[in-house]
Amino acid sequence: MKVLGMNGNNAVAYAMKQINPDVVAGYPITPQTIAIEKFSEYVADGEVDTEFVATESEHSAMSACIGASAAGGRVITSTASAGLAFMWEMLYVAASLRLPIVMNVMNRALSAPINIHCDHSDSMGARDSGWIQIHGENVQEGYDNLIQAVKIAETAGLPVMPCFDGFIVSHAVERLQVLDDEKVKKFVGTYKSEHPLLDVENPATYGPFDMYDYYMEHKKQEHEAMKKALKIVKDVGKEYEKISGRSYDTVLGYRLDDADVAVVALGSTAGTARAAVDSMREKGIKAGLLKLRLFRPFPREDIIDALKNVKVIAVMDRSDSFGAFGGPVFSELRSSLFKNSDAEIVNYIYGLGGRDITQNDVENVFSEIKDISKTGKVKEYVQYLGVR
Amino acid sequence: MKGWKEIPEGGLILEPGNSVGYKTGSWRAKKPVLDKEKCINCFICWIYCPDGSIVVENEEVKGINYDYCKGCGICANECPKKAINMEEEK
Repeated sequence: MKVLGMNGNNAVAYAMKQINPDVVAGYPITPQTIAIEKFSEYVADGEVDTEFVATESEHSAMSACIGASAAGGRVITSTASAGLAFMWEMLYVAASLRLPIVMNVMNRALSAPINIHCDHSDSMGARDSGWIQIHGENVQEGYDNLIQAVKIAETAGLPVMPCFDGFIVSHAVERLQVLDDEKVKKFVGTYKSEHPLLDVENPATYGPFDMYDYYMEHKKQEHEAMKKALKIVKDVGKEYEKISGRSYDTVLGYRLDDADVAVVALGSTAGTARAAVDSMREKGIKAGLLKLRLFRPFPREDIIDALKNVKVIAVMDRSDSFGAFGGPVFSELRSSLFKNSDAEIVNYIYGLGGRDITQNDVENVFSEIKDISKTGKVKEYVQYLGVR
Repeated sequence: MKGWKEIPEGGLILEPGNSVGYKTGSWRAKKPVLDKEKCINCFICWIYCPDGSIVVENEEVKGINYDYCKGCGICANECPKKAINMEEEK
């Protein structure tokens, strides 16, 4: 095992090189441009066997990925923000055709006003498209999640979107432990599609017209596949621990066992919140953190179990769901805990368009929820954190 | 009708030439009726039929396959001898 200094983009390209996929079709968009650009260098230098397709748009990139995956290839791509939005139609096609495409998303805000920095509006908007969604906290998790994503996708028969925070992770150089090439190769194995289009002896039709007589049955299959994916994510995490020494589950609790108040966060904010938990503990406040690694499928049971002793929960949402009762993480978590917890659950919408979230910001959240646990009174369930 | 566990995943069709298994005759509002007296076996209906529903045997138009005919009326429109008449489905 080697230790390298890499930013998220280069870590993604490096993992892709080790996976050596059959096809990569991509289109550049900030902040993920470097990943595909770096990978194209590996292609040009002959370090991978990949067929690299530079498309004219993200819609075309995802379409090419779908075609390549249906043909029987192992396919990886990457996008962000407007690029993901432009793929929307094809995201559903990829998932519904049950193609195990892996696409790294480096989370970035959506226009307008135009903004290139991090929030989760892009991937949260795609949450109902049938893609498995994993959120990484840092460069290491970005690297690890991408390798695991290949195995999760091919086992579940569903596409996987490993996400991490644009710029905060994509452009920050961190210490990265990389696995040996051989270990990665062995871990991902060889992909064998069940019904490759290129198998002319056993012809298959992908994407035919589906009427009301069978469409619901196909959606039910997707529904069940997504439910099954929960265990697959866990199993692949355990298997990955054996080769990396780093364990991965659907959620990760921090100092939650005796916590009265807890913050729930995903992505890089979990790291900031962990520091805030420690400082609150030093002040005698029983604070804890639940990091959500998996957002789709939503790990309901694990969340219920992890938060069972907590009295007040603050859910951090890095995107708004305009007009809804709170952000997407909040509404799903609150719904999951309904009748399973007596906790008060409040929501903070924060960090939109890359607005920094500091340790102090999270400490303020802890102070507010501590007050709720003392008084039992909630002033506002859904708030914008640090808005002027 | 099959349940979700019995059909290929992702809406895939794994047997080629399976459209014979999907009878589209029930879509019809009007049905073409062939008048053998007027028919000259020119096969224009057979050429134009988008569904292959004109039955031809031994170089002779025998009739229409109502299992698949959707009642589009192209055959009746194209027939030079007005040998095909579109009648209301009962």
